[in-house]
Amino acid sequence: MTETGFLRAALRSRSLVLGAVLTAVFVLAAVVSFLWVPHDVAMLDIPNRMKGPDGMHPLGTDHFGRDILSMVMVGARTSIAVAVVAVGIGMVLGVPLGLAAAARKGSLLDEVIMRGNDLVFAFPSLLIAIMITAVFGASALNAIIAIGIFNIPVFARLTRGAALSLWTRDYVMAARVAGKGAARISFEHILPNVTNLLIVQGTIQFSLGILAEAALSYVGLGAQPPLPSWGRMLADSQTMISIAPHMAIFPGLAILLTVLGLNLMGDGLRDLFDPKIRRVGR
Amino acid sequence: MLRFVLKRLVSLSLSLVVASVVIFLFVEVVPGDPAAFMLGLNATEDTLAALRDQLGLSGSLIERYLSWVGGMLRGDFGTSYTYRTPVSEMIADRMWISLPLALYALTLSTLIAFPAGIWAASKRGSLADVSVMGLTQLGVAIPNFWFAMLMVLVFAINLRWFSAGGFAGWDAGVYPAMKSLTLPAIALALPQASILARVMRSSLLDTLSEDFIRTARAKGLTKRQALWRHALRNALIPVLTIIGLQFSFLLAGAIIIENVFFLPGLGRLVFQAISARDLIVVESVVMLLVFAVIVVNFAVDIAYAAVDPRLRVRG
Repeated sequence: MTETGFLRAALRSRSLVLGAVLTAVFVLAAVVSFLWVPHDVAMLDIPNRMKGPDGMHPLGTDHFGRDILSMVMVGARTSIAVAVVAVGIGMVLGVPLGLAAAARKGSLLDEVIMRGNDLVFAFPSLLIAIMITAVFGASALNAIIAIGIFNIPVFARLTRGAALSLWTRDYVMAARVAGKGAARISFEHILPNVTNLLIVQGTIQFSLGILAEAALSYVGLGAQPPLPSWGRMLADSQTMISIAPHMAIFPGLAILLTVLGLNLMGDGLRDLFDPKIRRVGR
Repeated sequence: MLRFVLKRLVSLSLSLVVASVVIFLFVEVVPGDPAAFMLGLNATEDTLAALRDQLGLSGSLIERYLSWVGGMLRGDFGTSYTYRTPVSEMIADRMWISLPLALYALTLSTLIAFPAGIWAASKRGSLADVSVMGLTQLGVAIPNFWFAMLMVLVFAINLRWFSAGGFAGWDAGVYPAMKSLTLPAIALALPQASILARVMRSSLLDTLSEDFIRTARAKGLTKRQALWRHALRNALIPVLTIIGLQFSFLLAGAIIIENVFFLPGLGRLVFQAISARDLIVVESVVMLLVFAVIVVNFAVDIAYAAVDPRLRVRG
């Protein structure tokens, strides 16, 4: 497909466009928050606490009088940073493991990698996070590690599966005949051909990471004060939900829309990369 | 079949052994003295020594591991440091909330997902299909603890149909107890139902495009008859896998949801234990949950092999 043809197809996909717009809004909010936020999130303004949305505070204020819009913008930073690094850990460790397992299919290495994957899958990711924080203490870093560990088998398995079918292709055979080793073939010929799959899965894992970070912070195992985080904003709002429901509604909406955007984008990209499956919104 | 079951049993035991070693080592790597870590800064030397003894820290690493695992196999999970009661008793008490909650959610999720998925697949491309799929997109993206909070706001605070949290207790009768589990179960079930409905739909669509369905149609069956008599049963295999996998998500998800509703289940227990640094409880509950997940996945594997003989060879 030519570059403009690809772009045209991308713009025709409704879920891709909607997803990309939603995602862009939150990424932009996070970036802008470094330079400017409507109100300082560290500034307490007790007389104006738990105010509903108005001209001064479009999303209202929290129980300390902090501006919720500003907190949501800064919270986007935390969510995105945690999820991006966790996906990064999963890819950087998982992809080479998957490539190695496929290159040495059936070997002891393959067996060890795949059984190790099964084991990580047996631990619900939340339990890994709980163990890590129980022992090392709650922090955004430990949340990243916990979510990241769970991403490793996801990428390893995906890469292995896709690489296995590529190893039977003629051009790989040609590369072997030309004397290239397994490592070089994996990186020069296999990896470029699984990139699309990895991007799609990366988008999905990114959205799962945001949900996981929110859940961990909500129960107090993720980002710690004063670092603003959507999950903790929800935890703070819980006891005040009957008097200040806006405190619970907006951070939750932020999570919902970001995750929805990433999922739609993932679906759209998958259909775009694989024109064979023009599914009706599977 | 017997060979398949035996092979699976071996891999089941291996997973359990490795999982227990991992969990054990996790607690072992606590920097410094676990007893000091649990008791904090103000502990006296006497209490430290007593706790070390209670934790069984006197033997070697392997001795300690074996005594921990051996104890669990006999149903002895050690004694909670903070509550001074046997962990097995605490787990048994709280299991009666967490397990019914997970099963309740699983039932709800299946009851919602099956009709929704079948309906969407049978009306592919229609407004019904598009709406169901749109709703499932929302269901997957919504954080379930936030959805739980919104339900509390609407159904407990505004409409007063349910209480905002807490557990009525089984002694109060089945109805009040189930009622206090209803909002938590819905919150847990929603994302799972969305995933399951999507899997149901796509699996059914795949099956409907197969040759044997065309044959059934050619024999004069209506689309509806072909779907209910032939396609549905064949479409169920991937759906069953997902149901099996979801059980572990429900158990883990219950940990969060129990906190929203202040339900005294295993999840609350774990969090209370974490803040009290009661590692004996954390270690045992996590091991128990992982055990449950591994055993359920084993049961699902066996169940399929019983349903679909082709899988026995591959497995």
